Amino acid sequence: MALLEVRDLGVSFETPDGTVNAVNGVSFTLERGETLGIVGESGSGKSQLSFAIMGLLARNGRARGSVLFDGQEILNAPPKVINPIRANRIAMVFQDPMTSLNPYMRVSDQMAEVLTHHKGMSRAQAVREAIRMLDAVKIPDAANRVHLYPHEFSGGMRQRVMIAMALLCRPELLIADEPTTALDVTVQAQIMSLLAELQREFAMATILITHDLGVVAGFCRQVMVLYGGKVMEQSPTDPLFETPSHPYTRGLLRAIPRVDREGDQLESIPGSPPNMTREDRGCPFAPRCAHAGEDCLDHLAPLTEFAPGRLRACNRSLEEIA
Amino acid sequence: MFSYILKRLAVAIPTLLLLIIISFLLMRAAPGGPFTTERGLPPQVLANLEAKYGLDQPLWKQMVNYVWGIVAHFDFGPSFIYKDRTVNEIIAQGFPVTLTYGSISFLLAVTVGVTLGVVAAIRHNTWLDYLAVGVSIGAQVLPNFVMAPILVLIFTLWLRWLPGGGWEGGQWQYLVMPVIALSTSFMASIARITRSSMLEVLNSNHIRTARAKGLPERKIILRHALKPALLPVISYLGPAFVTMITGSVVVDMYFSTGGIGKAFVDSALNRDYAVMLGITILVGALTILFNLVVDILYAWIDPKIRY
Repeated sequence: MALLEVRDLGVSFETPDGTVNAVNGVSFTLERGETLGIVGESGSGKSQLSFAIMGLLARNGRARGSVLFDGQEILNAPPKVINPIRANRIAMVFQDPMTSLNPYMRVSDQMAEVLTHHKGMSRAQAVREAIRMLDAVKIPDAANRVHLYPHEFSGGMRQRVMIAMALLCRPELLIADEPTTALDVTVQAQIMSLLAELQREFAMATILITHDLGVVAGFCRQVMVLYGGKVMEQSPTDPLFETPSHPYTRGLLRAIPRVDREGDQLESIPGSPPNMTREDRGCPFAPRCAHAGEDCLDHLAPLTEFAPGRLRACNRSLEEIA
Repeated sequence: MFSYILKRLAVAIPTLLLLIIISFLLMRAAPGGPFTTERGLPPQVLANLEAKYGLDQPLWKQMVNYVWGIVAHFDFGPSFIYKDRTVNEIIAQGFPVTLTYGSISFLLAVTVGVTLGVVAAIRHNTWLDYLAVGVSIGAQVLPNFVMAPILVLIFTLWLRWLPGGGWEGGQWQYLVMPVIALSTSFMASIARITRSSMLEVLNSNHIRTARAKGLPERKIILRHALKPALLPVISYLGPAFVTMITGSVVVDMYFSTGGIGKAFVDSALNRDYAVMLGITILVGALTILFNLVVDILYAWIDPKIRY
């Protein structure tokens, strides 16, 4: 049985301007110990996708479809079902370590409560374990610093604390939602290599959500490219980089700055992400796509396998966009 | 922290002095005086009275004498209207009354207000929320000078449960209506501040983190959300507490409780300079003190604030 099986997941929000369809019909399977990267621009629905899995959508958000975790339905599950899984079996690292830690509580209390709650440890035991985990994420002098408040840590150190907190219960699945977006470039690299190291060490399945294809390349075996809440392309990582099969993926890859080609203009994809209150029949990328025709605006071909393990959703054939 | 408190108390002295000077001058700038009557006193009598109370001396000298009296003897002077009473006596008699019904009103307003606000925020956009918001808006727009007679009408005249006024050393029957009349609007404000600040906190990222930990909702509210949600409430509570314990003229008048709320307004109307200044200084000193308490509470709640 797959560890995580997401089927036809959709997320919508009721807003004063109408219903916003943030995620539409996303399906994927994640085996134990596997790594999946979910890539897309801001507003592509990637964060909401992860919140829906964890049941953390905002009040006006609705999720449909199915999420089976270890065979158990957890989408829209009541607290009785989802709470014992949260942090214990599925843990999450959030985007902004500055605001995601509770500024009014000592790190020791924030970390210890996870263990006292899920594992029934005593507080002293839990704090010892927290120190061990802070050591594991390479926070120097963890035994003393565990008693500090979040604002006494730098951004990178805070994200290490977040990661350590997520790993406390040795979860089977880690969802990292843009874990490096808020950090300096040099710190980004440290955090990613730390995550990769811990992922191997703990043998946990990991979903990495990012807008940075470069980060995915070094970390994930599978990639899913999301645009306007729909899956554009899904593929093992290496072939995706060699032969991207979707005009959007190609645009993303061209937009990665390269230092080895001097004098080049940095490319961007013209236009901006779609207004999600619109009807969701067509291809969300059509207005920005060089290959789009009239048909793309009101119809999008379903995600189909065109090579072993590789799926694409595009009305144009591979030859047509070559 | 300790040196910070000392520093704040040291700053309080010039602040109070400034308060005395400004109130003193404003008071004297108002037309009329303590011995102004409709028919007018004979000039000789007036001159004698003014000489007795030192009003014939230059203003600066009166002020210096007044301040010296406070500093040297903690003496706020005699009342200009009540011949045989000093300001110290008037305050010593009236302040315990307002302190009693004010403190009880405060405790009631905080407990009910915070609970109402938290419940409304947790049950955002449900009938409970609408009910709480409706009740607190109602309570806030209903002035206490309207509420006090309605209370008397219901509890005294119709139901005959409670005495319509008096104090009797603060027995509970005499406390009920003053406390309700005084606490209602504060309760409503506290509920509204708590609700909006709680709603904001519940939408913050660190609460999402707490949810992702699989903690039960009760723990999320009590351990993670309540502290930050109470910060804006606390800054409101400092001045509110002072307002409440120094009494309300409406409460004192409707329920004849004999607190300093009424004494203060009377003194202003009668130009009873010493009583007016005395109570002003009391309110000023308490305001300074409880603003300091608020700041200390802030530092206790928010680790980012260190003095």
